[in-house]
Amino acid sequence: MSLAKRIIPCLDVMNGQTVKGTNFINLRLAGDPVELGKRYSEENADELVFLDITASHEGRKTFTDMVQRVAAEISIPFTVGGGINELGDVERMLNAGADKVSINSAAIRNPELIGQIASHFGSQVCVVAIDAHLENNEWVCYLNGGRLKTEYRLFQWAKEASERGAGEILFTSMNHDGVKKGFANDALAILSETLPIPVIASGGAGCKEDFRDTFKQGKSDAALAASVFHYGEISIKELKTYLKQEGINVRL
Amino acid sequence: MNVAIIKYNAGNIYSVVHALKRLGIEPDVTDNANDIGKADCVIFPGQGEATKTMNYLRANKLDKVITNLRQPVLGICIGMQLMCTYSEEGETSCLGIFDTKVLHFTPEKQEQKIPHMGWDTLTNISHPLFNGIDEGAFVYFIHSYFVPLNPFTIATNDYILPFSAALAKDNFWATQFHPEKSGIVGERILKNFLDYSQKCSNGHV
Repeated sequence: MSLAKRIIPCLDVMNGQTVKGTNFINLRLAGDPVELGKRYSEENADELVFLDITASHEGRKTFTDMVQRVAAEISIPFTVGGGINELGDVERMLNAGADKVSINSAAIRNPELIGQIASHFGSQVCVVAIDAHLENNEWVCYLNGGRLKTEYRLFQWAKEASERGAGEILFTSMNHDGVKKGFANDALAILSETLPIPVIASGGAGCKEDFRDTFKQGKSDAALAASVFHYGEISIKELKTYLKQEGINVRL
Repeated sequence: MNVAIIKYNAGNIYSVVHALKRLGIEPDVTDNANDIGKADCVIFPGQGEATKTMNYLRANKLDKVITNLRQPVLGICIGMQLMCTYSEEGETSCLGIFDTKVLHFTPEKQEQKIPHMGWDTLTNISHPLFNGIDEGAFVYFIHSYFVPLNPFTIATNDYILPFSAALAKDNFWATQFHPEKSGIVGERILKNFLDYSQKCSNGHV
């Protein structure tokens, strides 16, 4: 099988600027998400994710403008998320040129949205993002960026989302996120082995070995990370060369 | 050069517009039969569902327009599938340019996820569309239906089973993958098509 495992940098965008700093030398506009995205694309990132963390209405408009610029300037697929609550938001993002949208809180609040997106635009457009926290041996799903606990449980909810028409599951472990000691590979392996759709690992990347482990042990189809790329701790080019040496099929 | 992109009820059309602009071409996105007929080359892109898109093409008489084209035509993804005779997706008859069916992937193992989504390789490449492209180059695929190997196959990929990554018959060329989303490799493939179209329009082919 030759389908490559994907490496996906995630950019948080507020008022049109990337939030996390970067250590890229010679990058004139490090705060510009389009310039940064372009840089990642040149380093052989497989896809990009842009998350709108702006709250204001004006910020949303700025984000849509940014999506249009990304679509015009970057020739790899990209997903957008944040503030997508209804079909109209999805349409606005796709019209601006996004390839996929990621929905998180809105999917739990209104699970029918998944089916609506799938039937209007195709399953491949709909990435369902799940933030979950391991508590007493149960993966509990959270809303609103991890602030609101729900009755939903990871495996059950991921299965339901898949049956409703999600094209991919993006799972972030709140226990692993920011700790930089590896991804939640046990849970990821269960998701990958039970779902008929691709699974993206998120939360916990600290070193190259963590990516190898999430592909080998976690059976993930793709791995997403932010700070290790933004701060220049891991270069995507070097990471992919390393993964290839470790016997993982990646696009160089 | 005058490049027409067929406007219909499929998604992802504007990604192709952007890709062409990056190559210095300002395409005309149109469903006007006259404008399509006059173009030096035509791109038939998209992402979508076969039955809905075929019904739209028929209702707008674009089906005849496309099959009658004599200039270079490039179908992409659903565009390529609609250029075949029949699709299992909604069990619809299609344009019939390539005498082959479009079938649904049937996974044989749990790890074979549908859709086939992501970067995968081009193998057995044999056509000017792939000038300067190495065997094994990665391109971006996203599809749940596939075209089996057939006499028009000019590149293959192997996912669950070997299938057609690209087709060609006379002036009709087509790719299952998305060159407009395939980075530098995709840009070269689009450029190859445009270069060939330019030669045709200059009367050099």
